[in-house]
Order: sequence, then structure tokens, then C-alpha cells
Amino acid sequence: MKLNELTISELRRLLDDREVKPGEVLDDIYNRIDAVDDKVKSYITITKDVAYEMAKDAEQAILSNKASLLTGIPVAVKDNMCTKDISTTCASKILHNFKPPYESTVTARLKEQGYILTGKTNLDEFAMGSSTENSGFHTTRNPWDLERVPGGSSGGSAAAVAADECIAALGSDTGGSIRQPAALCGVVGLKPTYGRVSRYGLVAFASSLDQIGPITKNVADAAIMLNAIAGHDPSDSTSAPMDVPDFANVLGHDIKGLKIGIPKEYFIEGMDKDIEDSVRTAIKKLESLGAIPVEVSLPHTGYAVATYYILATSEASSNLARYDGVKYGFRVDGKDLLDMYMNTRAQGFGSEVKRRIMLGTYALSAGYYEAYYKKGQQVRTLIKQDFDNAFKNVDVIVTPTSPSAAFKIGEKATDPLQMYLSDIFTISVNLAGVPAISIPCGFTRDNLPVGLQIIGKHFDEESIFKIAYAYEQSTEWHLRRPQL
Amino acid sequence: MMKYEAVIGLEVHAQMLTDTKMFCGCSTRFGSEPNTQTCPVCIGMPGVLPVMNKKALEFTIKTGLATNCKISPYSRFARKNYFYPDLPKGYQISQYELPICEGGYIEIVLDGEAKRIGITRIHMEEDAGKNIHEGSGPYSFVDLNRAGIPLMEIVSEPDIRSPKEAAEYMKKLRTILRYLGVCDGNMEQGSLRCDANVSIRPVGQKEYGTRAEVKNINSFKFVEKAMEYEIKRQIKVVEEGGRVIQETRLWDSNKGITESMRGKEEAHDYRYFPEPDLVPIAADKEWIDEIRSTLPELPDAKRERFISGYGIPEYDADLLTEEKVRAEWFEDAVKAGGKPKIVANWIITNIFKRLKEEDKEINETLLKPKHLVSLLSLIDAGSTSSTMAKTIILDEIFKSGKMPEDIVKEKGLVQISDAGEIEKAIDEILAKSQKEVERYKSGDEKLIGFFVGQIMKATKGKANPQMVNELLKKKLS
Ligand SMILES: [Zn+2]
Repeated sequence: MKLNELTISELRRLLDDREVKPGEVLDDIYNRIDAVDDKVKSYITITKDVAYEMAKDAEQAILSNKASLLTGIPVAVKDNMCTKDISTTCASKILHNFKPPYESTVTARLKEQGYILTGKTNLDEFAMGSSTENSGFHTTRNPWDLERVPGGSSGGSAAAVAADECIAALGSDTGGSIRQPAALCGVVGLKPTYGRVSRYGLVAFASSLDQIGPITKNVADAAIMLNAIAGHDPSDSTSAPMDVPDFANVLGHDIKGLKIGIPKEYFIEGMDKDIEDSVRTAIKKLESLGAIPVEVSLPHTGYAVATYYILATSEASSNLARYDGVKYGFRVDGKDLLDMYMNTRAQGFGSEVKRRIMLGTYALSAGYYEAYYKKGQQVRTLIKQDFDNAFKNVDVIVTPTSPSAAFKIGEKATDPLQMYLSDIFTISVNLAGVPAISIPCGFTRDNLPVGLQIIGKHFDEESIFKIAYAYEQSTEWHLRRPQL
Repeated sequence: MMKYEAVIGLEVHAQMLTDTKMFCGCSTRFGSEPNTQTCPVCIGMPGVLPVMNKKALEFTIKTGLATNCKISPYSRFARKNYFYPDLPKGYQISQYELPICEGGYIEIVLDGEAKRIGITRIHMEEDAGKNIHEGSGPYSFVDLNRAGIPLMEIVSEPDIRSPKEAAEYMKKLRTILRYLGVCDGNMEQGSLRCDANVSIRPVGQKEYGTRAEVKNINSFKFVEKAMEYEIKRQIKVVEEGGRVIQETRLWDSNKGITESMRGKEEAHDYRYFPEPDLVPIAADKEWIDEIRSTLPELPDAKRERFISGYGIPEYDADLLTEEKVRAEWFEDAVKAGGKPKIVANWIITNIFKRLKEEDKEINETLLKPKHLVSLLSLIDAGSTSSTMAKTIILDEIFKSGKMPEDIVKEKGLVQISDAGEIEKAIDEILAKSQKEVERYKSGDEKLIGFFVGQIMKATKGKANPQMVNELLKKKLS
């Protein structure tokens, strides 16, 4: 077995026992990248030199018995998280030459834990999309079927994990951007509670919804990654000033008697039969492990997508105003200031980003603010209340992650509305700010992975981990690997 | 002929005297090299986040308390969106729907009559940078040192009815800000800025007229002038059958007029919405009480106390309490033994004159309260004349900071109050001036001045003038 195919826990043992060296792990990683990334295209930037430098430090730490959680573990980072002096593009032409002079809090924390950066992964431009087809550079392929999308926007990270081009990865999730690609690529993806992980250094798409989380090969690795990155950060006022539990502690706990809510609004007419079957079977599995399924209702689910696309685009229209060609990044000169602004933004942004800037600008405009943005905020409150009410009776809520498995490249690219519906099961979670994981729970008849979403209460990632781990231990979906 | 009254509301921006910026740790020092006081946060780089400066919040609450505002227990920041090169994020973090302070007032006194000017709201925001237009190239330069400096926006009700009231309001507000130590109040340097909403209406009419916003009033002395001009302009427009249009006008201090900015900044839609990067501000009652307990004695209270406690005239009390340092200087001098009325009078006449000449505040010179007190006691004891005190001695104190008694000794300025010595000098002069003595005796009494002058000259100005007068008259009678 190649070292790049192992998990964090497996490698941790091998590294700590000095059976392998960080450099050897890296060799396997980069051999794999050399072999498959032409096809999969997970990465925008490969940071090989930096990685081998970091590997030296890791080796030193291990030799002096100072290994931490991630010492010597190769991790890929979505290219919308700032890495000091390393290109951070957001898959946008407008930042094609941007090298931040600062480090994001998450990567700084990974560094403290000794990680090795393999490279920066592809995404839909500014994390806006569900397929990576909106990347300003290239489309990432699904390792299970290269004709299909890996999902998005963290498609590069999910594909890299699925294709063993890294051991684990970071993604960001605004409306499903970790969970949906994790589901489509057959890996584990966790969106933590809003405020659990610092957003400092994450290039903002929609500040009130964005959250960074891990994409990994199994649940235990997700817990380790969250342990590394979670916790209050004085540089992010929206990060929660709360103590963080050791998430690995709950793995292996009995789930007998835990109540799992099944929201009736998520099992709807016209849903992909294979997906529904896999998810229903998974719920039966959980029941057999002692969990108690309870039907719950999230009555405002039907408004979630519309609400999301008003609020997220409103914030985006403002967050993306700074890319004006004045201070950094891409610039196209013009005959005057306005001309320079317009040329720069017209040529620097892709069409989906422009579409969302326009939508958001419209929703915030005088005369429309009340009808759109304000109304959206009110519905968001109702959606939050839906979850609060449901969680009075259950410990977690279980749903499909995505209404369909990986779709063909180009299939939805020309129909933004169809594309927006890819996130129909994940979006409410961001609006409510609660945590959720996607874990592999089966395959369609086309041999495409299916994801099970487990949603928890605010700051109760522990229940999610407990149930996800119990399920994973009693199934073998997560062990399947794509043939490349 | 129709009589009109003006309706004026002022929007004042005050730069706060915090050490660091509103949302990052950069210094707020004035006058550094362009773009040396910047960081990823205040230049709007991707992915960075603002963190509120708690001192700025404290300063704003302080100002709210000092102007009788209610402090909101729940307040939040909002984004004001517009594109401009000096605005690095493409939006300014400000407050919109839920400002931190609301519903206060400031009292002004005009021609002996007190009047309350309502404060609609006070909110926090960050300053923009500066565009610098230099050289002949097609480019302008951007300096972001100022970007992110904490500002308070203090919005008045449209309660102001004349340019004089506007000026008085600004003066009072400035005094309060300086008492609190939250703003240096320097309009010329731009740390205090004033925009005015001005309209007119026929006296007796309840409805407001259409207002024009006057911007760029960049000096204290222009507040009144700009208002006067704008009111006259609007009256003229109406009387000539026209209508005032809602617009932004810039005060041009060289021409002494306001000019329409037409087209330049018309119809902005700022698309305000709550700032998602900052959590709402919950200022708890205990903290607000703590801030309240640190408020200094405010100018109105001090003025009252000076009048009733020291018995000084209202006019003197007004001038002394206008600046906290003056009031403190005055009280120090009184504590050191000076008589309040005389000390006040000396400050307002002799000392103010010099401060004006040197363009300094009272605490910025070598003259300390102890100097004045000892100077006054020298005059009292007749050891020096008040003329001498006001001129040579005061000069020397300002120059060297030496004590008056030392100056008197060193310069040999001790007053001659010995009757014998003075009489001797008188006799000598009278003997030399027989003709004048005769003219005086035949009725030309103006000549007394001539004799005094001669005697003072002979004694090098040291003779006690009162004694010279008395003794001279005795001799001549
Ligand atoms: Zn700064």
C-alpha cells in the first residue's frame, strides 16, 4: 500500500513509530499527483518546495518527540484561504497574481500542529458554485468518473482527498460547499457550527454563512482536523469565545437511545431513487445500532434556497467590492477611474460571480431592500427556529446531502437555477448556523457515491461525530476507492 | 415683504483621539509618510477581518453621556457601500439602523438666552483615506494612513435657526469634545468636520423647506459665513420665483460662496446592510455607569460654579471654561492665593493677548499660575507697577520662565516708593521747568502729564506713579 492512501490516524502511528519519514509520505503524495492530477485537476498550485521544507521540520519534531496532531501529515488547502507568500487566487483571474503577506488562522493552526501543505486546491471562483465549473482556471474532475463534476465549491479539495492526492484537506462551506463535494466524491466533509472555526484569512464570499471545515477519508480524521483548527480567534469577532472539546473523545461511544430526526420535507417526490434508497437504508442501519428515528418537520425548508440566494449574494456584492484594481490583483487600465473599475471587474470576474454581484446589489438597493434583504433575514430567523424546534425532540437530524449524485460536466452549467438546487439539502444548515457532516452511505447504480448528511445542534459537533463514526464503523462505503 | 427663518441641522465628524485605528492595530498618528500606518485590515486585503477598538466605543459612549443621549444596550455596525479609491474595501463600516447613542441635546447660550439643540444620534464609523492629486501625470495617489481612523458622527436635530446659533453650537460641541479628551477639535487639520443641512421657510410656517447640504466647511471661522451665504442665496432664489433644489453644495472659502456639486455625487444608493463581520455591540449597564463615573466636570457645570463660587463675571466665566486647560489654570492660580476676579481679569486681558500673538494655549507657555500669583502680590505690595508687570516682567516670564521677584531684582525694576527720593526728583524737574510751572499755575493743568513724564524719565520709570502724582500736585498747589 502506498503511504498517500492512508488516513491521518494510520500515518500518525507510522510516523511516530518512525517506521516512515514525512519526506517518504510526501514522495508518495507527489508521485500520485504527478500520475493523476493531469486527469483530476484538483490543484491550482502545487507547493512542492514548501512541502519538503515543512517535511524537514516535521521530521525534526518527530525525532525530538515533539510531534503534534498533524506533524508530517500532507494536507491540501482550498485556494480561498490565505497562505503567506503563497499564491491565493480564489480561482479568479482578478486575484491570479495575489500572494497574501499574511497567514489565515486555520493554516496557522495547522502549522502549529505540524502539517505539510501539499498545495492549493481548485474551487468555483470565490466559492460560488456547486461543480468547480465556475473556476477561472479549469474544471476539476470527479475521480469516480472523469466525465462528471466533483461538486463544489470545494471540489478540488474533495477530489484530492478521494484521489489520494493528499491525506486530508480544508474546504469552506457557505451553502454546502464542503458537504456536497464530499458526498459526490465519496469522502467525509464537515461544516462546523458557525463561529467554531476562525474565518480570518478565508477570502469572504458571504460572511454570515462561510465556515471552514475538513474534508477527510474518514470520520476520525475529520475529528482530528477539527481539533486542530477549532477555537476562538481574537482576529475574528464572529468566532465563538468558547472552549473546544476533544472531538476524538466521543468516537466509539454507544449511540443507543440517541434520537435521530428525519425531516419529512427532505424526502420529496422526484428525488433520485438511488439516493433515497441509500439514505433510507442508512437510517435503518442507525436504527439497528440503537438509534431511534423520529419524524420531524422543518416547515420553512421550501424557502431556504431563495433566502440563501438573497442573503449570500447581498453580502457577496459588498465583500467583492474591494477587487477594484487599485491596490492589488488584476487591473485593466481605462481612460478614467470609472473606466478602469469597469474594465478590471468586467474582465477579472467570471460570469457566475458577476451574476451574484448583480443579484446582491439589486437585493440591497433602495426600494428593494425591504422586499428582499430584510425579508430574507426574517425568513432566516424562521429557518433557525425550525431547527431549534426540531432539536427539542432529537439529538441529530439525518438527510441526504445532495438530491443527486455527481452530474456530467456541462449538464447544469447553462442553467444556474438547476445548479442552485444542488444545494437544496445543505443550504438551511448554513442559514441556521448549525454543524453538519456528510459521510459516504452507498453508491448509485452508476457506481457514484452517495452522501448522508447528519446535522447537529449549535456547537454539538460531538453528537455528529458519535453517530457518524458508529455508522462508518458498521459499514464499508468509506473504504471504497475510485479506480484512476 | 416676506420674512424668512433658517432651519439648520449639522452633521459633525469628529476624529477620535485613540492611539489605534477603529478596526485594526495601526497607529493614528498624524503627518507620517503616506501608507506607513497601514496593515492588511485597513487597506482592505482579501480575507482579513475587522476587530472593534473598544476605546473608540468608550469615547463614543462618553460623548453620548456628556450630550444627554440615551446609550443603546444593543447597537450594530453597518456597511455603507460605494466605490472610491480612498475607500479600500469598497464600503465604509459605519452604523445605520442601530446607532450607539440617540436622543440627546446640547445647551447653547446666545445673547444671554439659553437654547437646547437636539442631538439625533451619535454613531461610530471609520474614516476613509486621502486621494492626493500631485504632478501632471494621468494618475492620482492614494494615502491610506487615515483609512480606518475612528470617527464619531454627531447629528443634530434641525433645531438651529441662525448662523450665529450654528457657530455657537459648533463651539460648544468642540468644547465638550475637548473636555472629554475624545477629539482635539481641530477643524483646519480636519479632525473636526462639519456638514450642514440648510433650508429656509417663511416665519410662521411649520413645514420645512427643501434643504441643501453644505460641505467642506473647513475652518471654524467659516461656519457662520457659509451659513449666512447659503441662507441669503436660498432667500434670493425663492424671492426671484425659483425653487431651492435638494443638492450638495461645496463651500468655497476663497470666493466666500457655496457652489453646487451637481452631477458629481448625485443620488448615491449606499445599500446599507448590517456588517456581518462584527457581532452586535451589547454595552452593559455596569460598563456604561463606569464610564459615566469618569466623566469630567463639563463646561456648563464649571461655568456655573465659577460664577457662583468665585464671583467672576459671566463673560469671564464663558471665556475661562471654553477650554478645560484655561479653567484648570485659573483654578490653580486661585488655589495658589490669587484673588479670583483679578486673576480672571488678568488672564482674559493681558495673558490672552499674548497667547493670541504666540498662537498658543495657556498651558503651552512658560507662564505658570505661580508666576501670576507672585506678580499680582508684587503689584499689591507696590513693589512694581502694573504697567511694568504687563510689559517688561510678563515678557520676561514668557521668555525665561523666571519668577517675577527675580526679574524685578535682576533688571533693577524695584519701584521707588520712598517719598523723599521721589520729592527730590520732583524738585529737580520743577527747577528745570520754570516756564511750564508758571503756565500750569495760570491754568494750563494739562501740563501735569508733562511733569509726570519728565519725572518718570528721570527715575527710569521706577517711581511709583501714584506717589508721583500725589506729591507733584501738592508741590504745585
Ligand atoms: Zn491597519
